[in-house]
Amino acid sequence: MSAWLKIKDLCVKVADKPILNDLSLSINAGEVHVIMGPNGCGKSTLSNVLCGNQNYEVTGGFIDFKDKNLLEMNVEERACAGIFLAFQHPVEIPGVSMATFMKYALNARRKAQGKQELDAVSFIKRIKVRAQALGISDEMLKRPVNVGFSGGEKKRLEIFQMAVLEPDFCILDEMDSGLDVDAVKVAGNGVKIMRSEQRSFLVISHNIRFLKEQIQPDKIHVMVHGRIVAQGGMELLDEIDKNGFSAFLKEAVA
Amino acid sequence: MTEKKVSALEAVSDTYHYGFETEIDSETAPKGLNEDIIRFISKKKNEPQWLLDFRLKAFRHWLTMKEPTWAKITYPPIDYQDIYYYAAPKRASAPKSLDEVDPELLKTYDKLGVPLHEREILAGVAVDAVFDSVSVATTFRDKLARQGIIFCSISEAVQNHPDLVKKYLGSVVPYTDNFFACLNSAVFTDGTFVYIPKGVRCPMELSTYFRINAKKSGQFERTMIIADDHSYVSYLEGCTAPQRDENQLHAAIVEIIVMNNAEVKYSTVQNWFPGDKEGKGGIYNFVTKRGVCKGVNAKLSWTQVETGSAITWKYPSCVLLGDNSVGEFYSVAITNNFQQADTGTKMIHIGKNTSSTIVSKGISAGKSQNTYRGLVQMGKNADHARNFSQCDSLLIGSCCGAHTLPYMISNNPSAQVEHEATTSKISDDQLFYCRQRGINAEDAVSLIVNGFCKDVMQKLPMEFAVEATRLVAVTLEGSVG
Repeated sequence: MSAWLKIKDLCVKVADKPILNDLSLSINAGEVHVIMGPNGCGKSTLSNVLCGNQNYEVTGGFIDFKDKNLLEMNVEERACAGIFLAFQHPVEIPGVSMATFMKYALNARRKAQGKQELDAVSFIKRIKVRAQALGISDEMLKRPVNVGFSGGEKKRLEIFQMAVLEPDFCILDEMDSGLDVDAVKVAGNGVKIMRSEQRSFLVISHNIRFLKEQIQPDKIHVMVHGRIVAQGGMELLDEIDKNGFSAFLKEAVA
Repeated sequence: MTEKKVSALEAVSDTYHYGFETEIDSETAPKGLNEDIIRFISKKKNEPQWLLDFRLKAFRHWLTMKEPTWAKITYPPIDYQDIYYYAAPKRASAPKSLDEVDPELLKTYDKLGVPLHEREILAGVAVDAVFDSVSVATTFRDKLARQGIIFCSISEAVQNHPDLVKKYLGSVVPYTDNFFACLNSAVFTDGTFVYIPKGVRCPMELSTYFRINAKKSGQFERTMIIADDHSYVSYLEGCTAPQRDENQLHAAIVEIIVMNNAEVKYSTVQNWFPGDKEGKGGIYNFVTKRGVCKGVNAKLSWTQVETGSAITWKYPSCVLLGDNSVGEFYSVAITNNFQQADTGTKMIHIGKNTSSTIVSKGISAGKSQNTYRGLVQMGKNADHARNFSQCDSLLIGSCCGAHTLPYMISNNPSAQVEHEATTSKISDDQLFYCRQRGINAEDAVSLIVNGFCKDVMQKLPMEFAVEATRLVAVTLEGSVG
């Protein structure tokens, strides 16, 4: 099986400072991969670069997604091609309801796919079913995007957007950070519901328990100084849990 | 002597008729402004003596006035002698069909979904055919007349309802009020007249669009709305499609009188040609709009969406005379490229327990300047009067300006005045968030801006609100890189 997402020798600078150095990574359809690493190793940079954030300058390497060159596409083109980022810090948009926001987003994707806009009835049905599954009330859908919600609610709304838009490739950037135990479970459940043969995940997290209990990934990557320095299965989680990143840091320096 | 001069002028305009290569309407006075021109206008319109006297008094006063310079706008000096004050001739260059119209303008009509037959009027195509709307308008008028509602041009009102016009003309905006209002008082050519009798609730939204002959109201428009006791009317002015006009200077007056327990809702969507991307051309819009809540419990509500014109100078105001009367001002002003808007309101509290609300949303993009200027005044008898003002500015890009100039004067210790103001920018984070969900940058900007001015858009009548939302998107096109 050929990989859906192929990253090869990727080099990225932010404000002239190199952050990612010759990073390579492949993810197949239906797989769930995890990236771990010490703070500042470049995990969030990677998620931003995958989405096309222009504050990050790609200086080398390539990223292919389903045999298309992602680097030639702008932010919205990548989104319409099926890349979704669940933000670590979801952004507020005052005066725009979540329902309206989803209508714009969904119709933009449908347009890109050459499909007709969803009519009002089908749209409402689509968002209501998903909202119910995630315990999101009608009232929350009417409120402006991310304005006045708790951290847990915002993350749940990120999962909700993912469920509505049904992307092929989901990046979860510290989905669990700042959440209480129950909220982590809700977020984890959302991901479980969304897992499918035709959907891959890249999960960035520090929370080993969350990864073990909720995510159960297929593969773990350890990132240090903008490079993948180790790969493995669930056993890597135990090792990191016991010894931290020090062993990998030494390797990276050597 | 007066009579003689007028006929002499008429003769002159006849010779003009033959003197020009292109055909000129014989109804046209030559360029420039003097008492003879004003007499000519008045004669042509078959006006009574009192109205001519009103015009002449205004003109003589205007000669003593200076153009105001306090607004935050700059423009080259206006040559008031280089303007046609009566039925400006159709320019030889007026397009003969839509094929000759600027394709950019046609594209905009497409985006706004303007019906085909309306595009010709809007683009200024020289057509005489009157459209479907006439029959619609006639039907409407019959229906209104049955309830005693008067809805006609102000020229017709002068002929058919002179007492009403005489009683109220200049009663809210006296000709001495300001330079542009004074000029309008001297030379106004047409406009709308509305009278709602006691106890009548106007059964439909009144719109200039449905008034016969509305298209030639010209640059010095005069509108009067009188709502008698216990009546209600909602009036819509303008339309969302961009209108071209050969007259660069517009100086209109709107006067509204609201009696006991009556309510008037006045909504405007103004989208005159704003000039091109380099700031050339565009309409100068100097408007005086004011209403007086004369009776107790009277209510006047202004809602405006201002997206057009090179210069907007406009302060729709409420004089709250009657006890318990209510004034409202909801405004969205969008400027792009080189547009300049200096707009806001005046809430003059005179009666007891009067209250007013001001919600102003200014959006500046490109190299434009957008100023909110507002006055809240609590008179010494305005016991327990209240005002709440909220002025928010949104900046798009880094070359534009937003300014908020609230003036507050309180002469009554029991009166309460509140003012809130915010300035924000569309952040890169917001744009990235929207685009990551698949929404392109332009749609994202219009989504964010529409969210920003939602409180005001909700005040517009339903069908207007839908159009205005689309208009925001079109106005801000090209404002992000």
